[in-house]
Amino acid sequence: MQIRSMHFKARAGAAAADRALQSKLATAKGLFVDGRRRAVADIDLEATREASRAIRNRAVENLDLWLERFEQEATRRGGQVLWARDGAEICRLVADIARRHGVKKAIKSKSMLSEEAGLNAALEAAGVQPVETDLGEYILQINDNEPPSHIIAPVIHKTKEEVADLFARVHGKPRKTEIGEMTREAREMLRTHFLSADMGISGGNFLVAETGSVALVTNEGNGRMVTTLPKVHVVITGVEKVVPTLEDLATLMRILPRSATGQSISNYFSVLTGVKRPEDTDGPEHLYFILVDNGRVDLLGGDFQDMLRCIRCAACMNHCPVYQTIGGHAYGWVYPGPMGSVLTPLFVGIENALDLPHAATMCNQCGVVCPVKIPLPELMRKLREQQVERRLRPWGERTALGLWAWLARHPSLYALVAKLGVRYLNWLAEGGDRIRVMGVAPSWTDGRDFPAPEGRTFRELYAKRPKT
Amino acid sequence: MKVGLFVTCLVDLMRPRIAFAAIRLLEAAGCEVVVPLSQTCCGQPAYNSGERRAARLLAEKVIEEFETCEHVVAPSGSCAGMIRMHYPDLFVDDPAWRERAAALAARTHELSDFLATVVKLDKVPGDFAGTVTYHDACSGLRELGVKAQPRALLAKMPGVHLVEMDGAEECCGFGGAFAVKFGDISARLAEKKCDNVRASGADAVVLGDLGCMLNIEGKLRRMGDEKTRVLHIAEILSGEA
Repeated sequence: MQIRSMHFKARAGAAAADRALQSKLATAKGLFVDGRRRAVADIDLEATREASRAIRNRAVENLDLWLERFEQEATRRGGQVLWARDGAEICRLVADIARRHGVKKAIKSKSMLSEEAGLNAALEAAGVQPVETDLGEYILQINDNEPPSHIIAPVIHKTKEEVADLFARVHGKPRKTEIGEMTREAREMLRTHFLSADMGISGGNFLVAETGSVALVTNEGNGRMVTTLPKVHVVITGVEKVVPTLEDLATLMRILPRSATGQSISNYFSVLTGVKRPEDTDGPEHLYFILVDNGRVDLLGGDFQDMLRCIRCAACMNHCPVYQTIGGHAYGWVYPGPMGSVLTPLFVGIENALDLPHAATMCNQCGVVCPVKIPLPELMRKLREQQVERRLRPWGERTALGLWAWLARHPSLYALVAKLGVRYLNWLAEGGDRIRVMGVAPSWTDGRDFPAPEGRTFRELYAKRPKT
Repeated sequence: MKVGLFVTCLVDLMRPRIAFAAIRLLEAAGCEVVVPLSQTCCGQPAYNSGERRAARLLAEKVIEEFETCEHVVAPSGSCAGMIRMHYPDLFVDDPAWRERAAALAARTHELSDFLATVVKLDKVPGDFAGTVTYHDACSGLRELGVKAQPRALLAKMPGVHLVEMDGAEECCGFGGAFAVKFGDISARLAEKKCDNVRASGADAVVLGDLGCMLNIEGKLRRMGDEKTRVLHIAEILSGEA
């Protein structure tokens, strides 16, 4: 996907003023945040988070071993494991597979890796028609390939009415606004594609090393169709998604749907193992796993290894006050919200996403809901430190901070500057209790007043206090 | 008990009365309060801006100023959280300093937490007649577990009627430099917080952090609300509200 994270500030500003967007995001917040709160009430949340963290750490710390085991087991069951260094390699491998099997049409269930790689455009260039079958992704695809704004609810930024208009225009059928009828119409459109596709492409929520399986967590029936109907199934997922055992998978499944959508279990949960055997009634004849690096391996052993535990539940963005205000598009790449503010700079280059690690109030709402205990604010702070080390911060900011930090270490001078500063602020307040326009920080007073100081600093008053 | 008051840079600049209120409360609890006058800032602005070196130098200064105190108390969950949760991390490569940082961290408390759980203040000096709602500032709540403590202290004041607002634990949008770097997002978050404060019907919103205080008061006034008071927990408990 095209990287537009450098334009975060302007796009976020526009989104912050978009009341219609916020009302849609508020609905999502109600659904996901309240849903999660209810769903986690029936498990021992902290014990499950700790167990999940430990499982993901065990996988990540010996990633090479678990991946080799996965490759052996998957291969033994008729699958073929391929490795992709980056998005371009994903596209090339999928195009090669399509060519080998004479594929003209590929049906897809949700895959964020496919977004990282810009796979749909590459498939079209290779003469293969990609059809998104996740309802949200389908809506985006028929809306001129609009990017998703959320990792599990890609079309959260649209109302039912907007989708009704889109369906009427693209499907050329009478406009419907009843959700049951709308989804029925989408299913009718998709059915012909399901039946005529030669290849299914899916993501993978987890890979199970001991069985060579891929686990898919979905809520629409499309995932099952994509992975069982066509003769070729291609799984595209990040190398970090491997877990050692089915037992580990069971533990993670106690926390993933609860954290993501507030469900104790998703509508569909598939563990897919191997190609179709003679006695099977369905399943793919050819099964490929494309396991992708695209920046992940570089995180091993470094300051950001914790991020590899991520299970893409989206709880961090669902609970993020900034995401709830600006939505996902402003973040400018595949992953929005707190996990995106960490992953995007790491994957596309720190210098290409300078605002993202700063686009957080450090409220740590994300950190406390993360099912695998990723310290997201801490990782954002580390990215800020790297920006400073690489001299990527604006000159004015660095100078101001440097000057302030120097002053703060020279108490007498600091006291004098504080004393003068307080008087200056009071002068700005014109004797009142608030400052309406503050030239040094217009972005504060554009949206709110700045309360005036009392008039004297504490240290001035304390020095003059009556001694008891 | 010798308690060092960490005034915080924002209280020093903006609301000295909060520091005086804190002193009265600590003295009411039987503490001997010392206020090292060379103190300036805990270093959090530098730390959160990625200026680790500057943050570390300021941390060393705070440690030197306060390490003779039995406890350090700050009228801010954010500054107390900085010392308690982050100072030791600033010295990962320096065992001697790390030990000093960890020792101070363990003795550093947010004001309401200290009053309610360490000295177990029995009788609150002040009273306040009216309905109040409490805003849980992020660092106090999620770093230090400050939630029940201020409410328990408010419950000791006969005139106070506490109502909980929706989203009491949600960020007000201040976030330090965030409030200026992303002023439009920050102001929008403050608006949501103020809507919740107003919907609670409280006469006053009480909180424990200056950043939130400036943000919420500034937004309430800009929204045309001249009535809802914004009070620091120290002000209301000491009877100066």
